[in-house]
Amino acid sequence: MSAGARTTAATAAPARSPLRLSVPLTVLAFLVLTLLPLWTERRVLNDLFGVLTLFALAQYWNLLAGYAGLVSIGQHAYVGIGAYVLFAAGIFLGLDPLTGILLAGIAAAALSVPAGLFIFRLGGAYFAVATWVAAEIFRLLAARITPLGGGAGTSLPPSVMELLPGVVEIRHLFGVPTGAARDIVLYWTALALAAFALWMSWALLRSRPGLALAAVRDDERAAAGLGVDVRAVKFLVHVFAAFGAGATGALIFLDIGRISPAAAFSVLDWTAYVIFVVVLGGFGRLEGPLLGAVLFFVLEKAFADYGSWYLMALGLLGVLVMLFAPHGLWGWLERRFALEWFATRRVPPASAVPPYDSRSSTQREGRSP
Amino acid sequence: MSTLLDVRGLDAGYGDFQALFGVDLTVREGEVVAVIGANGAGKSTLLGAIAGLVEVRAGEILHRGEPITGLPAEAVVRRGIALVPEGRRLFPSLSVEENLRLAAALGRPGPWDLDAVYALFPVLRERRDIPATALSGGQQQMCAIARGLLTNPELLLLDEASLGLAPAVIREIYATVPRLREQGITLVVVEQDIGQALQVADRVCCLQEGRVTLEGRPAELGRERIREAYFGTAA
Repeated sequence: MSAGARTTAATAAPARSPLRLSVPLTVLAFLVLTLLPLWTERRVLNDLFGVLTLFALAQYWNLLAGYAGLVSIGQHAYVGIGAYVLFAAGIFLGLDPLTGILLAGIAAAALSVPAGLFIFRLGGAYFAVATWVAAEIFRLLAARITPLGGGAGTSLPPSVMELLPGVVEIRHLFGVPTGAARDIVLYWTALALAAFALWMSWALLRSRPGLALAAVRDDERAAAGLGVDVRAVKFLVHVFAAFGAGATGALIFLDIGRISPAAAFSVLDWTAYVIFVVVLGGFGRLEGPLLGAVLFFVLEKAFADYGSWYLMALGLLGVLVMLFAPHGLWGWLERRFALEWFATRRVPPASAVPPYDSRSSTQREGRSP
Repeated sequence: MSTLLDVRGLDAGYGDFQALFGVDLTVREGEVVAVIGANGAGKSTLLGAIAGLVEVRAGEILHRGEPITGLPAEAVVRRGIALVPEGRRLFPSLSVEENLRLAAALGRPGPWDLDAVYALFPVLRERRDIPATALSGGQQQMCAIARGLLTNPELLLLDEASLGLAPAVIREIYATVPRLREQGITLVVVEQDIGQALQVADRVCCLQEGRVTLEGRPAELGRERIREAYFGTAA
């Protein structure tokens, strides 16, 4: 590459990462988080559990909306399905909760296929509304399952929680009571799910199907024109995001220990807050949900006592971010300091491609045959 | 020469807007057909409809005698018809080589691989790691053509390759047309620049407001008639 080419590339792509240490540092952070139960108290682990599960949900929504262009407002459907499948697996099949979480993800993915066949017939705003409608249908169906308490819901029997693997070993190893040992297992599971969400998204974006996904995000029509099966790529992301939301939802409700249709299929908790986290942190970039989840958690810790004032302030913050930092806080940092932690892109997508039919009149006119 | 592509009575458009009215076009194997016409004549719509990107309202498109009307774009690519779109439309978040690799992974097997397109446009090899949209306009056009070639088409639809480029760069790009023909590729070239179009084309088809107004061999038609068909009135 000539020096000239380098300058052009540098000016056009400020996001090329100067942070060569990002991979080792991420691995290090993961190791520190893994070993955290050795020296932190239970309260901190419980807080981190909240951040990690919120991050996982946000990452899957980001993959859907930020990368595949599927603005879903019905991801709570899969959180709810995951929670119900976990409870059903534990109560009726006597499966241990970790197997239940895996099963919950698979069930959510499986149910997302028929749901997707309907939803994918619609585009844009209709698509978004249809995802919500689908979630409502799943919620109403869940309320019909009388063995799981119908509309009132049910609690997870202690016998199921006792099947949680690793608790006895940790109790001996760390010398902590059973409750604390359980929290450590739940925390590690949350960490594993969050790391899986991040790693899978990163690997997907760097893989060959990931090239197709990046192409779809950049320019759907041009991608189709080169042979990318745009619908198939989007459908795959839809199913994968349902898997993630299902598994994460199962873990969240394993921790809560109680399900009801209203709580498990809560649009506010599992969709609205999740979207807020992504918008706040940064849309269409892997770092966004991470930053967003941490910020959201800090805000909630600090101000949740203000009740509805807090919610109004959150809404205002969301509006301000959308107006002044449309690519979220990470997007703003990325531009300001030209950094990218998880290098999956070469150019910020803000250098948006003009729509297919937009024509530059200066180029087209003034030309005679 | 056998017929490669046969467009019959094609009506096409976007939403409420109809851009093509009963367009007929025949492309024989191995030839270069130029589609010319003024701004908004429907040239890009015609290529888009062939490529499966624009909705066809009526009429049919036959590829080697088989109907491909209404096939999704990715299926058309797999049949060996590739569109190099107007405005290049490279993927900005991918590098030059990633843009190319994507097409190579999805297309048909054939003679065009990365080495072959780098041999055709050596500058792309030099700059393969930079973001595709950081290339100069001419290089972006080369990248777009290379991307189309990597799907190993037998028919390449080249839409406004000269748009916004300097004359020297346009000549450089059109200089590759004979080399593509040697490889057995049939071309349909959309151009606003009549001079350029007549130079490379075996046959020319002139569109005006969505209808074919003239069709034939450039030498037989003569500049005057082409000019007339282009502007619609005896200018």
